[in-house]
Amino acid sequence: MPDSSDTPESRPTVEEAPTGIGVDEWVAQAGELREGHRGLTAPARRAFDSLRPGWRLAIVAVAAATVPYLVKPGGVRIAIGILILAMLALGLNVVVGWAGLLDLGFVAFFGFGAYFYAIVASEQLPAHWPTWIALPIIVFFSGALGVLVSLASRRVAGDYLAILTLFFSLIFVELVRNFQRLPFVSEDLNLTGGPNGIPGVDPWDFFGFKINTFNRHYYVLLVLIVLLIIVLHNLSSSRTGRAWRAIRDDVLAAEHMTIPVNNMMLLAFATGAAIAGFTGTVFAAVTVGVFPTSFTLAFLITVYSAVILGGAGSIPGVLLGALVIGYLPELLRSPRLAGWLFYFGLLVALALLIRPWQRLVAVIGGVVAFGYAVRIVAAAVWSDATTGTAAEGFISELLDGWVLILGENAQIITNIAFVAAIAGALAVTVVKGWWQVAVLIPTIYLGVLVWENRLVFQPSLTRQLVFGALLVIMMAVRPQGLLGKRRVEIT
Amino acid sequence: MEFFLQQTLNGLTLGSVYALLAIGYSMVYGILKLLNFAHGEVYMFGAFAGYGVLTLLGGPASPVVPVWLLLILMFAGAVVVSSAIGVAMERFAYRPLRQSSRIAPLISAIGVSFFLQASALFLFTAGFRTYDTPKLIDISTGITVGPIRVWLVRVLVIVGTAVVMVVLTLWVSRSRTGKAVRAVSFDREAAEMMGVNVNHVIVVTFLIGSALAGISGVMTALVFGRIFHFMGFIAGLKAFTAAVVGGIGSIPGAMLGGLLIGMAESYTTGYISSTFQNLIVFGLLILVLLIKPTGLLGKPQLVKV
Repeated sequence: MPDSSDTPESRPTVEEAPTGIGVDEWVAQAGELREGHRGLTAPARRAFDSLRPGWRLAIVAVAAATVPYLVKPGGVRIAIGILILAMLALGLNVVVGWAGLLDLGFVAFFGFGAYFYAIVASEQLPAHWPTWIALPIIVFFSGALGVLVSLASRRVAGDYLAILTLFFSLIFVELVRNFQRLPFVSEDLNLTGGPNGIPGVDPWDFFGFKINTFNRHYYVLLVLIVLLIIVLHNLSSSRTGRAWRAIRDDVLAAEHMTIPVNNMMLLAFATGAAIAGFTGTVFAAVTVGVFPTSFTLAFLITVYSAVILGGAGSIPGVLLGALVIGYLPELLRSPRLAGWLFYFGLLVALALLIRPWQRLVAVIGGVVAFGYAVRIVAAAVWSDATTGTAAEGFISELLDGWVLILGENAQIITNIAFVAAIAGALAVTVVKGWWQVAVLIPTIYLGVLVWENRLVFQPSLTRQLVFGALLVIMMAVRPQGLLGKRRVEIT
Repeated sequence: MEFFLQQTLNGLTLGSVYALLAIGYSMVYGILKLLNFAHGEVYMFGAFAGYGVLTLLGGPASPVVPVWLLLILMFAGAVVVSSAIGVAMERFAYRPLRQSSRIAPLISAIGVSFFLQASALFLFTAGFRTYDTPKLIDISTGITVGPIRVWLVRVLVIVGTAVVMVVLTLWVSRSRTGKAVRAVSFDREAAEMMGVNVNHVIVVTFLIGSALAGISGVMTALVFGRIFHFMGFIAGLKAFTAAVVGGIGSIPGAMLGGLLIGMAESYTTGYISSTFQNLIVFGLLILVLLIKPTGLLGKPQLVKV
């Protein structure tokens, strides 16, 4: 078939998308405004957008406050995790989203706060500081540590800042893990508990009112986050916030506008670090213990994913990002839900990306036919192809009659299928026209094969794969995130 | 004295491996100004590719081909797999981001690294594998240097690295493509205007950097044995340290930095304690960066407005 089927409105590939040249920030934003909302939810979203920020926050906060009544007790624990992630994302947003500093040591400040609180509020020393004294001290010292780290890296800019802070966070974990005893001070003093961490951390306690149940944690966190959002919202439009964004967009120009660049960078770092340290105290109290494994690079990437996905620089954006990133692993944990998520995501992605609709039908029909064909051939030449047990859940049982559920040798075959599926997915972005359909069909089939045979049983691995791919795809397709504003750097 | 020599030799081996890996970081940074966080993962896949070839050809105890051929095939396998990953990475993760902000490719690189690590966990599962090199090449074979005996594999690693570096230096300074690489690294736009095919140069850079990472992976596995899906992370960080210490963007700097880091690590382990090993290496990096932010052999960047 000739390529005339490629209608003009078919999506441009990434390379054809408008680059920074000739479109400045204002034009880009105006374009997005003009486009407006589309689809069924558009009226509701338009109404929501027209509310003042305070009312929007109130609606979201009230909705969030009902969560403990709607979910099982275990669900509240998950919700607490999401709130902690949201708080961290808000802090990281100050440094990365507003000031434009790539701070890869962020999670170390979080760890610093958590360890500080655990040390002064447990049997480790033993010491049991009152919470209302411990919190301000920890926040102050976290901020001070942020200032110290950024002072040390003041001479280095850009990428080197990322490097230094990355190594700062590595050193933090090394120290915590290996130097539980201060070698020259005292042999008996066990500060960090080494690889075992510190168990039995006190709950928050305000003059006898202990924050020791999930519900109390949740509501305290919710109140704190609402306060934080109000502070940050005001900060964002203040002189300081505008100065940060000026630095992010162009350091040199900002300096010429008499913005004290160095001090503002220090301030951004310190603010982020203080928020992280504070969140650390919450984390230590909620988990009733701190362990070095909580503060690794993987967690840093989780926080970054939240900020990037939602849209760096936008407060609603990072909150949405934290919600998605925080809830995703929980969905993946149960094979049943994970299955729904996988196939729903697959269908939505196909529906959004493939136009015209004839082609979409061709792809879906092709995949179904391809699956049956493979099944018939495989069953004829090799008896072992369908002997495995399907995952639980409605979809998996339904698909058991279509996709191969491998018995023996599943490992090797799914490995090959995995590599082929990735190669296919990459190839789809290169080829055009009906070739895309031809490549997509086996790719989707292989993806489903890998999913049903292996990934559905390995939620933590799936999460890593998803987060990694998410960062790459997000950067290529929509670098500003879901709710972020598009920025154009003019070089 | 013998202990000191032993540690020096160890440092030299380790340094060779880091240097090969650091060159990839440095070349990519020189050309794209991108910290390719996923470089360590390329190295890890190289090590696994070598392992795959070794297993396919009968394993270390009973190889079906002569040992020298087996070694060559292992390196070849690693080079093919690593450069394929490197080139694909450039094409699909970094090329679409050429025009975007500085932070976007960095985050993309972190994503690629995370994805590749998870893929390795999927493909090879958790747990350690070993090349079991002593079965392949007896531990007593080798040459004698003064009071110590040097295992043939170590000699191979050190000499091999030296050869690769000489070839690379010659290639960069003499060949046409090498000159193009230097030109693009110096000023991409000017090079483009002079008719240099920038895309081609970038692909070649990723190809060479990744191939060296693959070689480095097999070398590490030959000498130190264990391979696992997480090995790229820490080695990548060390090599990255090496590249930064030597002056990122500079190829001789990467070699120097690699050797320095290897030596520092080896002496720390030998004379102080292996607990301090990572701490000293990272501390060294921060010290160098604070005193000379561009690294030992790096040139200060000119800021054009």
